Amino acid sequence: MSAQITVTQAINRAIDEAMAEDEGVILLGEDVAAKQGGGVFKISAGLTEKYGENRVRATPISEQAIVGACVGAALAGFRPIAEIMLMNFVTVAMDQIVNHAAKLRFMSGGQTHVPLVLRTTTGVGVGFGGQHSDMLEAWFAHVPGLKVVTPSNAADAQGLMRAAIACNDPVIFIENILCYGLKSDDPGPGHIVPLGKAAVTREGSDCSIITYGRTVLDALEIAERLAGEGISVEVIDLRTIAPYDEATVTASVEKTGRALVLHEAVKQYGTGAEIASRLNEKLFGKLKAPVTRIGGAFSAVPMANALEQAWIPNKDAIADAVRTAMNWKG
Amino acid sequence: MTETIDRDKLRDIYTRTMRVARADEKFRSLLMTGKLAVIYYTVRGQELVSAAAMAALEQDDYLVTTYRGQHDQIAKGVPLNPLFAEIAGKVGGTCRGKGGSMHITHPDSGVMVTTGVVGSGLPIANGLALASQNRGDGKVTIVCFGDGATNIGAFHEAMNMAQLWKLPVIFLCQNNRYGEHTAFADHTKVDSIVTRAKAYGMEGVKVDGNDAILMYNTTKAAVDRARAGEGPTLIEAMCYRMMGHFFGADFSYMPKEHLAEMAAEDPLPRLRQLMLDHQFSEAELDAIVADLDVQMDAAAEFAANSPLPGPEEIRKDVFEEEIAA
Repeated sequence: MSAQITVTQAINRAIDEAMAEDEGVILLGEDVAAKQGGGVFKISAGLTEKYGENRVRATPISEQAIVGACVGAALAGFRPIAEIMLMNFVTVAMDQIVNHAAKLRFMSGGQTHVPLVLRTTTGVGVGFGGQHSDMLEAWFAHVPGLKVVTPSNAADAQGLMRAAIACNDPVIFIENILCYGLKSDDPGPGHIVPLGKAAVTREGSDCSIITYGRTVLDALEIAERLAGEGISVEVIDLRTIAPYDEATVTASVEKTGRALVLHEAVKQYGTGAEIASRLNEKLFGKLKAPVTRIGGAFSAVPMANALEQAWIPNKDAIADAVRTAMNWKG
Repeated sequence: MTETIDRDKLRDIYTRTMRVARADEKFRSLLMTGKLAVIYYTVRGQELVSAAAMAALEQDDYLVTTYRGQHDQIAKGVPLNPLFAEIAGKVGGTCRGKGGSMHITHPDSGVMVTTGVVGSGLPIANGLALASQNRGDGKVTIVCFGDGATNIGAFHEAMNMAQLWKLPVIFLCQNNRYGEHTAFADHTKVDSIVTRAKAYGMEGVKVDGNDAILMYNTTKAAVDRARAGEGPTLIEAMCYRMMGHFFGADFSYMPKEHLAEMAAEDPLPRLRQLMLDHQFSEAELDAIVADLDVQMDAAAEFAANSPLPGPEEIRKDVFEEEIAA
């Protein structure tokens, strides 16, 4: 059996490699330095010891100041990584992200750019409740100038993080708490996964499930279940949510004729709406069933486990949606 | 306190001040004659404060400023031709017409960000200063903002972080007595912005921003402190915004007696008198202005003749790679 690596180790390794190669790679965030324990989720463990407190800076609880400092450092030629401890806290820093990081390349006519990575984590299923669990990727995907990435496994986490740090545009990098412990075959040092390229995680011929992040696991489980019923499901892991790999998605759905977009964020006005609409524009007349979407319930994420489980996209509902598409009579 | 200054530096400050003043005059004239139709935030009354401050900096020091930042940009050294063209929205502008007066960037002059979001420049200035600190390149970052900006959270977060890390940054509050239409006393309970420096353990200095020598020496001291690794300084420079929030806007909310007080404090005649007191001749001062006016005419012509940006510009600079049509 080959060596295994967790998502946590993979992200740590990617940052470590980038910091070793380039002194301009710095890390700013609450509790990220060794003295504070190397980050709440230990992503930056060991980095202060190697690169010092100037490059791994534990900050006050000041999200605007964290992202703003990263914007400024990026303008000066650095490749800063901002850790925003939980995704809901990006709300505090939206001005710096949306008005500054995203727009400065354009507004300056290309004279300056902001190569920063904003790392953040979130996820439904750990009982954090309404203000620590939101998936807000659609907010950022809606903003011209931002790239949005989320890995579903350790090898991709490592490779996408390297690509995000190397990218000359600002990247929102979303990590799912429930994925941190997942193991993949160790891709080895120097692994890079280019931004904007989706993975066909499982090939199939009857229906495409287009998803990203933790729900890739659900999609694979459902694909396996439906295989037993003679339904062949193709699973596309977007990896980069914005700009997404439209060519791969379109080719898959052209082949299968059916598509379901699945994500943890609420369905309304989400990424699924965008992808479904684009598939409709590209493949109208070739689809064997309407493109459907499954997302989280339209409420704040509840704390109580029973409610939280009811909030998350339901696996039986995913399977039913595929069956409905298979039996669509028009 | 007796303030002294080098004669060449005084001439430098005068020239910077008048470059700002003549440019502002030119813009207002272009607007009034209908040759330009853009939103314009006049800097009338604040010319000297930034001229004296920027004279204490090097060209490659960084500046972050706000939508009312033309005096800062010109004093810092942004060339007039592309600046005029940018404000006119032309392709020959600093930002190819994609920024406009509220979003001027010109890295060759150290002008890294001009923001239309009040107070948001301070955290960014910290980042520029952090880069200089890590590199040890000796650069200083100055961030300009008005009194109104000191009530946004970003101001407080940035002040705390800058002092915590001893960043080489200067927070230059140009207290022009108004945040948009709201007078200072109606938006801030403390008497003075500089008292807030104390809350963050930061060096703070309140000065008459229209006193050229004092303004220059105060900024120079802050620059020296920053370069020596002694950390940030908050300077509260008192000045007046002599017109409304944007050019042409009603400013009847500004009391008449206050406006009269402003007129009496006008930095331009005051600076001219200072120059005469320092044995500069009327002829020399007039010659400087005459030369500047030739430059203003040339810049206005450059802007008028510069083409408008084509629609293909919309696809460029969103990301590094051009986006699809």
